[in-house]
Formats: sequence, C-alpha cells, structure tokens
Amino acid sequence: MGAQLRVYRQKIKSAQTTKKITRAMELISASRIQKAQARVAASTPYSRAITRAVSAVATHSNVDHVLTTEPEKIERAAVVIFSSDRGLAGAFNSQVLREAEQLSELLRSQGKEVSYFLIGRKAVGYFAFRRRSFEQQWIGGTDSPEVEVAQEIGEALLEAFLRDAEDGGVDEIHVVYNRFVSMISQVPQIVRLLPLEVVEGVEEPDDGVVLPLYEFEPDAATVLDSLLPVYIESRIFNAMLQSSAAKHAATQKAMKAASDNADSLIRDYTRLANEARQSEITQQIAEIVGGADALSSK
Amino acid sequence: MAVLNVSLVSADQEVWSGEASMVVAKTVEGEIGILPGHEPLLAILAHGEVRLTLVGGEKLVADASDGFLSVEGNAVQVVARRAALV
Repeated sequence: MGAQLRVYRQKIKSAQTTKKITRAMELISASRIQKAQARVAASTPYSRAITRAVSAVATHSNVDHVLTTEPEKIERAAVVIFSSDRGLAGAFNSQVLREAEQLSELLRSQGKEVSYFLIGRKAVGYFAFRRRSFEQQWIGGTDSPEVEVAQEIGEALLEAFLRDAEDGGVDEIHVVYNRFVSMISQVPQIVRLLPLEVVEGVEEPDDGVVLPLYEFEPDAATVLDSLLPVYIESRIFNAMLQSSAAKHAATQKAMKAASDNADSLIRDYTRLANEARQSEITQQIAEIVGGADALSSK
Repeated sequence: MAVLNVSLVSADQEVWSGEASMVVAKTVEGEIGILPGHEPLLAILAHGEVRLTLVGGEKLVADASDGFLSVEGNAVQVVARRAALV
C-alpha cells in the first residue's frame, strides 16, 4: 500500500473516532436538555409566586427596607458569574465571561470596586489563570443545580450585602448568566439583583388592573425581611437552572457542528484516499505494461 | 359557591394545585383559616402542616416549611422552600 494512501486512511479513522465521541456527547446533551428545561419550567411557579409577593409588599407598603432602598453611594458591587464546569459548549462560557468583563468595566467607570462570586469551574479557571482575585466560588454542580447550593449562594450574597462597604461588603449585586431562549439560542443576561428591581423580568400587570390592598402577617417589615432572601435565592436558583439548560443546548449545538465537520472531513479524505488508490493502480498498470513491452520487444 | 384555587409550590416543583373550599395554615402568629372571598393576605408560614378541604369534602394535608402564604382574590398560593404532601 502506498504511503500516501496509508496517511489518508489514518486520518479517516481518526475523524471517525472523533465523530463517534461527538455524536455520543450530542445525544447525551440532547437528552439532558429535556430534563433541564423541565426543571426550569417546574421552578417557574415558585419564582413567579415569590415575585408576585415581593411586588405586593413593595407596592402596598412604604416600609423603608435595606434591601429595597438605593444607597446614596455605591462603593463596591458584586458580580456573580454563572459559567459551566465543562467546556465543549461553543461560545457558552466565553460569552458570559465577556459580558461580565464589560459589566465590570462599566461599574469601574462609575467609580465602583468590583468583587466577584463565581459559579462553575470555567469561570474559576479563567480568573485563576489571570491571577485575579474573587470572593467565593462554587464548582461541581452546574450540570444539575441543587436548591441547597442556590441557598448557600443566596446566603453568601446577602451576608456580603448586609456588611458595610468598609468591611468588604457590597452595595450592589449583579448576576450574569446564559438565558435559555431556545435550542439554538442562548443569550447572556445581566440582572441587577440588589437593590431590588422588581419590575425587571416580571410579567407586567395589565393597565387598569388595580392590585388589591394587602394584609400582612405579622407586619410588612417582617414579611419583607424574610421574603427578600427567599426572593434572591429563587432568582439565583432560576439563573442556575437557566444556565444549565443553556449549557446543554450549547453543548448539543457545538457537538452537532463537530459531528458535521467530522462527516465532511471523512468525505474529503475518502475522496483523496480513492484518488491515491487509483493513481497507485494506474501506476502499477503502467509499470506492468511498460515491463511487458520491454520484454516482448527484445 | 365560590372555590379557592390553591397551588402549593416548593422550590423545585409545583406540589399540588386544584380547587379547595377551605385552607388552614399555620403562620407565625397562629393558625389561619381561609375561605373563599378572603381579603388579600401575605403571611409568613411557621413550620407545620397546611390542611386543605377539597370541594368534595375530602381533606388533604401537606407539610410546608420556610414559606409564605399569599391570598389574592380566590387564589391561594402556599410557597415554601420545602413542601410535600403527607
């Protein structure tokens, strides 16, 4: 067998092996998207109910609460970045990190310090590689987010928020995550979590609908005190679920592209290999014919 | 007769939803019973059970902790971090 032909065969084989892997990963993520999406859908009633309740308190009472009032001067802002633990998801992690960088730039230009809270190994790796500091990290659970982790993150954020800026606390919290729009589209999203922007992301009440007057038990301030941490947690959890669904969708898309590329590589190399084989045969025939001619003309 | 549209929601799923004629829940201030036509209410739930009386008269008991009870119109929402039917 000719050397050229052997090289092509090798390349075909390697592309085929790669394709098997990427195909498998594609199928795995495709099956996980369903589950991740179902979890997003399942957690929606909770966050909707919480959001409704928060709007109710915010609209129907004039309590001055630390979580809803804007501080006069914001010294430090926290940025929470939701990345994934694994790569092979196209632009998934780079787009969320890029978005976070832009946000940090904006915050710094407003004279605020920025401290980071990272979720997912990729964001941690990104920061570690650049030797940049961050407050806290959570890794290992981005594929199927747990409520407990969301709770932990929520507590950490709230604790940082309630601390004074002089002691390293933050006055503002932003989250950056990939929102699952559809199987083919995942959009990085920035949300300011605290101080609260109740309007954002909430289905707006129709015009003319007057929200009823609420009775609070025990009283509005206490309700707010215990409602807002839960609200934050539900938003964090929602972001985690969105991010995981988006990650699976991004992986599926990336792996589909990889499989398709492997396909076209295999096709191209098969053509080249055939060409090489044919030219080898042609050469052999020419040699035989030439040899026979030489023998018979003696 | 008016009925209450109840939904019982935990952090990761909707545990139960349907119609009921009465909801009894334990808030931090004590037990509260809600019948159709109740005024809008937002209360913090104490740890404990939520008892529902369904339209047919059957009873349903759920365990909810760390949550809220919200009543608006005839829609009752029990929102708890952890909730499960008993």
